[in-house]
Amino acid sequence: MNRKSLVSIADYSEEDILRLIGVAEIFEKNPNRKLLEGKVCATLFFEPSTRTRLSFETAVNRMGGRIIGFSDAATTSSSKGETLKDTIMMVSNYADLIIMRHHLEGAARYASEVTGVPIINAGDGANQHPTQTMLDIYSIYKTQGTLENLEITMVGDLKYGRTVHSLITGMSHFNPVFHFVAPDELKIPDLYKNFCDKKGIRYHEYTDFSEDVINRSDIIYMTRVQRERFTDLMEYEKVKNVYILRNSMLSNSKDNLRILHPLPRVNEIAYDVDSNPKAYYIEQAKNGVFARQAIICDVLGIE
Amino acid sequence: MVKKKELQVAALKNGTAIDHIPVGQLFKVVSLLGIEYLETPVTIGYNFDSKKMGKKGIIKISDKFFEQNEINRISLIAPTVNLNIIRDYEVVEKKQVSLPDEVSGIVKCNNPKCITNNEPMQTRFQVIDKENVTLRCHYCEVKIKKEDIELK
Ligand SMILES: [Zn+2]
Repeated sequence: MNRKSLVSIADYSEEDILRLIGVAEIFEKNPNRKLLEGKVCATLFFEPSTRTRLSFETAVNRMGGRIIGFSDAATTSSSKGETLKDTIMMVSNYADLIIMRHHLEGAARYASEVTGVPIINAGDGANQHPTQTMLDIYSIYKTQGTLENLEITMVGDLKYGRTVHSLITGMSHFNPVFHFVAPDELKIPDLYKNFCDKKGIRYHEYTDFSEDVINRSDIIYMTRVQRERFTDLMEYEKVKNVYILRNSMLSNSKDNLRILHPLPRVNEIAYDVDSNPKAYYIEQAKNGVFARQAIICDVLGIE
Repeated sequence: MVKKKELQVAALKNGTAIDHIPVGQLFKVVSLLGIEYLETPVTIGYNFDSKKMGKKGIIKISDKFFEQNEINRISLIAPTVNLNIIRDYEVVEKKQVSLPDEVSGIVKCNNPKCITNNEPMQTRFQVIDKENVTLRCHYCEVKIKKEDIELK
């Protein structure tokens, strides 16, 4: 495997994360820097994701790079049965960088092993989406001025939510305290609790989304509770309105509290929260372009 | 003294005797070691009495000496096995199997959405817990416990 690829947030050390935050800050001050002039970047979206693709393509365009690729596997030869390996090797003849999203888990890791062209994983099934995690971490850093010693509350689907799992991994370097708020059916898997135990990270679990936990938090990371995740629909009906954040719940929260959400949201953040200065989810998405600019330069070895 | 029971099987002059194979795994061991492709004489013993195991399997292979990494291929299914290296009718060395740090190509990933189940490629797992035998897929990162391990 070429060492430059970014497949999983676990590929990044504490130093890597801090260095990338520094670079993202530079891009935030001036996003239009022609660092990719003469470079061709491929965006291979075997599974469609307009939001992520637009963010990456904006990042490339602001740096003066060219883009080739596809936004839906139905238009490619992989729909005719071509292997992933063949597609990646073919595109490697043309591109300096491959940004890929795939519905199969492990696809990006495998791609990084069959080509010398750096790969950025833009999501592989339920497994990893490391650029989302970098933008989450950058958002936390920007709003708190530090990554160290924060109280981070995660709410909603903590069982299947890959953004939650990756954020636990990414923040594990910085001595956080985690508060996990979820219904029984969607609570955080033992795997991640064991990970925290091993790393000496403190965490608490709750089924109630109470003001108590809100008032302790520096960051609240909301996720969607999706009906299709429940085996028991009665259970869904019972909990669907329990994990909703409303503006009235924030009246005694810390001044530095910020509310994050990987978006798109359904109903888990009431619209009356949007005008609260503690709501950060819209700006959070904007940070994605800067974080991705930093990551693209990093994998290409551009200082 | 050689026991009578052992004499029911041809004594080995030179080669490897693999003992204490769980009977249910015997033919998997045969296949993982590639014994069907050998051209030297092989004796396979099935349902032999064993004090330790009740029933056991044994394999005696003439003029074949395995590398440690070949032997380790069977560690996932038969961790209790021991191997006797025989030269001139004498046991000159005893070997145990041990779990390698990484397992390639033997195990199937049990995540149907894993790339390894959808692309013509080798599987690859890191052994993350040798004591309890837990594997992690190198690709999809799913963890597989001992009781869920499925061979290809
Ligand atoms: Zn797998």
